[in-house]
Formats: sequence, structure tokens, C-alpha cells
Amino acid sequence: MHIQIDEISRDFGATAALTPVSLNIPSGALVALLGPSGSGKTTLLRILGGLEYPSSGRVLFDGQDATGLSVQERRAGFVFQSYALFRHMTVFENIAYGLRARPRAQRPPRPEIARRVTKLLELIQLPGIGDRYPSQLSGGQRQRVALARALAIEPRMLLLDEPFGALDARVRKELRQGLRDIHDETGLTTVFVTHDQEEAMELADLVVVMSMGRIEQIGKPTDIRARPATEFVRGFIGA
Amino acid sequence: MSDATNLRAFRAPTDEAPLARWLLIGFAALALAILVFAPLIVIFAEALSKGWSAALSSLNNRDALAAIRLTLLVAAIAVPVNVVFGIAAAWFITRFDFRGKAFLITLIDLPFSVSPVVAGLCIVLLFGANTVIGSWLVAMGFPIVFALPGIVLATIFVTFPFVARELIPVMIEQGRAEEEAALTLGASGWHMFFTVTLPNIRWALLYGVLLCNARAMGEFGAVAVVSGKIRGQTTTMPVMIEMFYNEYLSVAAFSMAALLAFLALVTLLLKTLLEQRHAAGLSASRKSH
Repeated sequence: MHIQIDEISRDFGATAALTPVSLNIPSGALVALLGPSGSGKTTLLRILGGLEYPSSGRVLFDGQDATGLSVQERRAGFVFQSYALFRHMTVFENIAYGLRARPRAQRPPRPEIARRVTKLLELIQLPGIGDRYPSQLSGGQRQRVALARALAIEPRMLLLDEPFGALDARVRKELRQGLRDIHDETGLTTVFVTHDQEEAMELADLVVVMSMGRIEQIGKPTDIRARPATEFVRGFIGA
Repeated sequence: MSDATNLRAFRAPTDEAPLARWLLIGFAALALAILVFAPLIVIFAEALSKGWSAALSSLNNRDALAAIRLTLLVAAIAVPVNVVFGIAAAWFITRFDFRGKAFLITLIDLPFSVSPVVAGLCIVLLFGANTVIGSWLVAMGFPIVFALPGIVLATIFVTFPFVARELIPVMIEQGRAEEEAALTLGASGWHMFFTVTLPNIRWALLYGVLLCNARAMGEFGAVAVVSGKIRGQTTTMPVMIEMFYNEYLSVAAFSMAALLAFLALVTLLLKTLLEQRHAAGLSASRKSH
């Protein structure tokens, strides 16, 4: 899905988390929002997902104004920073949650839900962990379950908030490739937030460097490395 | 000297010296015996001083049975009302930022700091028969003071903080992330509440309900003021106990007290049983993620 961000701003009281920013995300792209904490990248992601509302500006999905759509109507697969798995549910129930939450008329029958959950567990390469609770999983496994849960609703886009933030370096590298593979397989427009420039550069097709609620530069990783647009970008990516 | 004996001489920095440990445990046990167990034993001993049948027959009369019924009825109204209020208040306070939040939290605690007698008097002054509202309500055939509504109001006021107070810290600790996840997965607000929020707070909620219930059944001061102590009509168990005692009917007074204590013990037992039965699920869901 093609996402357009049109002059979006967001104030929290007197402080501006986002000064008007505009951004064009082509359909099927894998985009990184890169910046230090407080740069507004998470706020922008949450506005896309419908968890936060902009103070002004518009969001367009495939050319249609989506600013007023509720979080449920947006159908964005959202992966949270600490995964936010439902701790009282098994992995199976976690992944099935979105399907079971649908109104009766649109809810797939029970065997169909089971089939889809099994397929997603295979996609994240963790078949057979359906009966476990989140507390019994490693950090990397939780992250993949969170991804499967987000994919279960057949989302229109995938939004990830620091998806590798809480993991050690080795697992992080492995899961990066995992996300790349899932993105290529599903073809979903994917936006992820990170403060790790190496991660952004390695994984994303398009990197958006942010600072203090502004977009400093938008470009392919190689272009940003070769021609940092501002002093901030130069310093941040260590070029 | 071997390493093993050397090691044994050490103790963890947080451990107390043996003497201090036994002194502390002994002091706690003594305090518990004097303040908790002795009164319980005295109540049951006094109630049964003339035998089981005397104790039972002292409760088997119209006034005593009416008091038991009234107490159970008041608790059955006040506890659910406070569960709804408590969840709503905790939700509001932990999920939204607004001006005057600290003031609202103080307000929720108010019943803890205000004497129940004062609370009862406020209800009398507000709804008594010689006030504007009160006389109108009496004329409408719906008296509040010296009747069931007043007793229920007083009980709700006194037990208001229990549920909210239990829930607020738990809900702050859990944060919003799981609820937001449910919403992004397409769940409606109510679906999210029943499938994510409620299961996460159920133990705190149960604990709050039990405390609320115990207090609702045991409240004396506020109820004594608003009830008017009409025998067989507006006397709850605690009020009835006092009346029996003042009339030197000590077997009846202590039997009623024993029954009230027994009801409290049953709720505690219920909580322990529930916790034991769900221990596995509890530890699985309590671990941080």
C-alpha cells in the first residue's frame, strides 16, 4: 500500500514532537525511520498506526484520506517495542487473537483459524511452540511471535517500533534477515523505527533520518552515506 | 581449615544475625497472637460458652436473622457497585492524563481518612427527613435515612477506595502496550477490556473485592448513624452485635460476632484456594515479558 504523509505535525502541550513533516512511502517499500530518542520517529509511526492523532496534516493510504480512520479500521500490523504479547494467552491464542476479535460474520471458522496460525508459525520458523506462554520464550522468539500476530490480521502495512531493540547482537542480525525475508515474501509496505544507523542502512530500501521532530534527509542508504544532507546526518551516521 | 568450613562462616549481606532474626520472628509471632488470634479465640469461646445449641438458638430469632439478611443484602449491592466504580476510576486515572489527577486520587482516598461516623452524619444532614431533599424523598415514598438506601450509601462510601486502590498500581505497572496491541489487531474497546485488561488485573480485582466485601459486612460507625437502629429493619450484623452486648445478651452478641468473623474467614479461605488452584497460570502470566 502506498502511504503519503502530508504536513503532519503533533504537539504535546507546549512541546512539538513533530513539526510539519511530509513523506512519500511507495507501495511495497521497506522504510527505516532513523533518529535519536526524542526525534519524533515513534510518534510518526504511531500516527500511521492510528494510536496517536496528528495535531494537523493528513495521512493518505493509496491516495485516500485515512487521517480519520480508527486504529481498528487501519488494519496495520503493529509490532511493539517490548512486543506486548498477551501474557495470559498461549502463543497460539496470541496469534489467533486478531482473527477471533473479528465480528462473527467476518470471523473465519475454527479450523481455518488453526490452519492460518500453524502456517504463520511455520513462516516465523517456530512450528510447535503454539502451546507455550510468552514468559517461556526467549527474546528472539517473542519478537517473531509478535510479528506473526501482526501478520495474522492480513494487514495492509507492517509497522515496527524498535523491533530489534531488546535483543543481543547475534540474535539481532539473524532476525534482521528474517524481517527482510518476510517483507520480500509478503510484499507488505513496511516501516520500522530504529536508533541504530547500521540496522537502518543494512535493512531498509529507504532511510528517513529524523531529528528534533524534523526530517533531515530521505534517501537510499548508499545516497545518505555518500551525500549526507546536513551536519546532523553526517554526525549521526558517522560518515 | 578447609574451604567448606570457611564458606559456612559467611552469610548473605541481607541476612540478619541469628539472634536478631529470632527476636524479630518472636516479636512478630507474639504481636500476631495478641492482636489476631487471641480475639478470635475469645469470640468463639464466648459464643460457645453455653454450648452449640445456645449459640445457634440465640441467632434463630426474627431480629437476628433480619440483621444477617440485611448485612448480606447490603454487601451484595455495595460490592458490585464499587467494583464498577473502582475499575472505572482506576482506568480513568491510569490511562488518561488530565489536570487534577492528583486531586482525584486524593478524593478516592478520602473515605480512608474521614471518620465513618462523620460520613454517616453527612448522609443524615443531606438526606434526613428535615432537609429539603430528604422530606421530598420521604414524600415520594423513598426515604434514604433510617432505611436501606442510606445504609447502602454509607457502606459504598466507606468501601469505595478498596477496589480502585488495588487496581491503580497494577494497571500502572502493566502499561498500555498490550491494550494497544489488541486495538491494532482489530479488537473493539469492550472486546479489548474483557480479553486483555480484565485477565491482567483479575487477581488484584479479586483481592480488592474481598477486602471491600469484608469491610462492607463489618462496617459499624457510618451504618450505625444512618440506620437509626430500628430492630429487625435497619440493624446490620455489627449494629445488632452492639445492641445485644448492651443488653447483656453476651451469648447472642458473641455468636453474631463469631458468625461475622466466620464470614470474613471464609472469604480469606476462598482467596487462598483460588490462588493455589491457579498458581501455575498465575506464575506464567506474572513473569515479566
